[in-house]
Amino acid sequence: MTEEPTGEPSADDRVRYDQARYVEDGQYEPLLSEKDLTRVEIGGESDGRDAGGAGDGDSPLPDDLTRDTLELPELSEPELARHYTRLSQMIYGIDSGPYPLGSCTMKYNPKFTEDVAALPSAAVHPDRSERSVQGTLELLYRLQDYLGRIGGMDAVTLQPPAGAAGEFVGIRVAAAYHEHNGEDHRDEVIIPESAHGTNFATAALGGYDVVSLPSDDSGRVDLEALEAALSERTAALMLTNPNTLGLFERDITEIAEMVHDVGGLLYYDGANLNALLGRARPGDMGFDVMHYNVHKTFATPHGGGGPGAGPVGVVEDLAPFLPAPRVREGGASKSGEATYERFDPEHTIGKVHGFQGNWLVLVKTFAYIARLGDSGLTDASAKAVLNANYLASRVGYDVPYEPFHHEFVASAGEQDAADVAKRMLDYGVHPPTTKWPEIVPEALMTEPTEVESKDTLDRLAAAFNAVASEDTETLEAAPDRTTARRIDQTSAARNPRLSWQALEDN
Amino acid sequence: MHGSDATGSPYAPHTDEERSQMLEAVGAETEEDLFDIPTAVEFDGTFGIDARSERETRRLVRSILGRNDGLTELLGRGHYGYYIPSLVTHLADRSEFLTSYTQYQPEVSQGFLQALFEYQSLLVELTGLEIANCSMYDAATALGEAATLAERVRDTSGHRVLVPDRLLEGRRSTLENYVAGTDLVLEEYATDDGNVDLEALEKTAGDDAVMVYAENPTVRGTIEEGLESIGEIATANEALFVLGSDPIALSLLQRPADVGADVVIGDASVLGLPTSYGMGLGLFACRADYLRQVPGRLVGASEDATDRRAFTLTLQTREQHIRRERATSNICTNQAWVALRTAMHAASLGPSGMVDLAKRGVTRAEGLAARLDALDGVKAPVHDRRHFREFVAHVDQPAAPIANDLEKRGFAVHVVGEHEVQVCVAGVPDEKLDPFVAAFTEVAR
Repeated sequence: MTEEPTGEPSADDRVRYDQARYVEDGQYEPLLSEKDLTRVEIGGESDGRDAGGAGDGDSPLPDDLTRDTLELPELSEPELARHYTRLSQMIYGIDSGPYPLGSCTMKYNPKFTEDVAALPSAAVHPDRSERSVQGTLELLYRLQDYLGRIGGMDAVTLQPPAGAAGEFVGIRVAAAYHEHNGEDHRDEVIIPESAHGTNFATAALGGYDVVSLPSDDSGRVDLEALEAALSERTAALMLTNPNTLGLFERDITEIAEMVHDVGGLLYYDGANLNALLGRARPGDMGFDVMHYNVHKTFATPHGGGGPGAGPVGVVEDLAPFLPAPRVREGGASKSGEATYERFDPEHTIGKVHGFQGNWLVLVKTFAYIARLGDSGLTDASAKAVLNANYLASRVGYDVPYEPFHHEFVASAGEQDAADVAKRMLDYGVHPPTTKWPEIVPEALMTEPTEVESKDTLDRLAAAFNAVASEDTETLEAAPDRTTARRIDQTSAARNPRLSWQALEDN
Repeated sequence: MHGSDATGSPYAPHTDEERSQMLEAVGAETEEDLFDIPTAVEFDGTFGIDARSERETRRLVRSILGRNDGLTELLGRGHYGYYIPSLVTHLADRSEFLTSYTQYQPEVSQGFLQALFEYQSLLVELTGLEIANCSMYDAATALGEAATLAERVRDTSGHRVLVPDRLLEGRRSTLENYVAGTDLVLEEYATDDGNVDLEALEKTAGDDAVMVYAENPTVRGTIEEGLESIGEIATANEALFVLGSDPIALSLLQRPADVGADVVIGDASVLGLPTSYGMGLGLFACRADYLRQVPGRLVGASEDATDRRAFTLTLQTREQHIRRERATSNICTNQAWVALRTAMHAASLGPSGMVDLAKRGVTRAEGLAARLDALDGVKAPVHDRRHFREFVAHVDQPAAPIANDLEKRGFAVHVVGEHEVQVCVAGVPDEKLDPFVAAFTEVAR
């Protein structure tokens, strides 16, 4: 595990994957290749395969209400088991190795949370009566309470199905609040240049003009620029703290006052909350509304890009505008047990999801928080910050902004950050986020999180440093040791082939 | 166990010695020194949350969720609990699938990219449209995205989004939030006996309509018979025809591309997810014309440096992390793992199995409706239509007490009117149907 990379990767791994389903000419085929396809005639003649009654010509509907055919692959269960097992072997996850993807907070995912989410009693329909889903409502109520305490917020909704959806709730709640107060002339949202792209897209989706805010020399909000940007048109300032450079916005109290003085709201992007658990709370810093990326901060798995969940917390004044329904305590039952009920906040914006969001993610979040408690959550932040600082101290690349918390942004300098990333793959580690934030040239945005050991961090640093000493030719030829070599992204975009049907047409 | 502080994070692997070495390396006495937080905003309290062992935590969650009643759910209306093959659960739970991130480094993500490419391909076959993205959150948010797409791709200055007067409350409310920041306004058109009232739609539509939304099957469980006409009305007014459906229904019912649909949205989690309190998977497919305007992630085929086939996220210049406020959508984290489960479930059924499952949705719903119709005090189905998976029944007694009484007997149904309940057969085992009819017989009289 602590072995230093030699710089001479072998092709062993690639060969292993190819042999798993070698077809010819070094090619492996996707599942949905022509030879696997079966066409079923709907209501037509039998296709001769074990159709389980499908192709028996016995459609319960008249022809004009049905399609004619359906053509999909038909494979046996063993074939499918091998197919998906092989696909899984061609994926790097946090269980495969370190994944220091800045701003994405890739933490180890405790296995027991999968088991509790898979409890049969967790599988309930959203339209069940309150009386029959007291367990689900109690868990939601307790999680609302946990998150409120952790964020220093008065009220929480668990409905948003992802962080960006949480941002959208925040923006909609802000809009509803301003409108309620006769302030619907507020049509601008201020966002620092270094913010997550979702902030900008969310504000635009909410109908707001985006006012971009430059950073000062220290990488933080430029107070003079903020002063100039604020006006009676300001609906909100969207901020994350620590920011995307990992820097704490030390002037946060002043920033909050400035925003509130013009009647705006302060929005907290919870993407970096893992750095603050038990150390500072958005509510105490003057934020009015925040989202929690529970799939980052509380380590539910990312699942290759979701599902996540983006609960939103607000201060008391904004609570009446939250999405419906929320959960509250009702009267005690006959046996004296607490009961729980759904309710619609007085001026609710309605819904942002067809039902109640990503429930199974919320179960995992609850279990994670209940497992760690105060001491575990606080320790997670402490170790995340220690790990980031330690790794940065071992990495030979320049780190222009500090002191940082849970993540740091190194600059690849003369090297191309994207090439650096590809070459790191050859050393068996996942690279950091590259070329962002743009404040740092050729940025390598690195977030090791608390789950990596010193040994692993040393190995990561060795990979960084080995790559730092390599020439352009080597970097541009990377990766060499992965399932696929460097993939041509330009041709993928110029000639989009987005399905097996499109491949067949070519 | 690692670390001296047994109450710290159980997933931080530091030993005491390592911790000391690391602190020394960065020149700090304790971790506290590394935090750059002004005193004024330092948190000096506690959350009041006790740490627990893994075993205790499991027991806690089990005991909380144990308060849920174990009912047989004959519930649908947009969320369904079909049986899921064990294959899906075991393979989707492989930790490489579970613990990877969005495929920003395709060279080490080929497996997930291929699975998502296959999911897109499944939707392309089901809808007949050329493009499918690799997931939105659920049907309601996909509907919202369809409306903002309609606004972007329409040339004229229209602003009306037409939706049926019977639309799931969650979909309608979510759509309202999506259009709140745009110039779009929602307007209802009438339905007739469960399906679209074509005359009413034609009157309501006009050249300032940007989108006509219809569903097949409808929220009342009926199979829409006027799809081609709806498409013609939309096209005549240069409005996008957006059709709501789901992968099982699409296996059997009219192919959206054949009836003029420009966009198909819906909930794909009918495959691959249990009844998970409404957690979903937004399906989104559209015509190739909208390629540069489609919301969400797209996986494309390409080649690697050795000319072997490879997959990658593509056309990311539409997405928020590059395009920012000019992005086609704000979606970032989506439902990738659910899409994987859906693709697995579909693959495990195969085309014959999908069609068979869909056919049973018709025969079992119509069969159960006929059995309820035979009871005193019940008329089922309310609508004189063909049904898919669910139907509305009229009950002479007030519906709410009937649903209550059914619940006491172990069955959950929807109350959808003073004298109307809605019943869904999706995922309900055959052996539960006789007891259900027996219970209904008792409560309805």
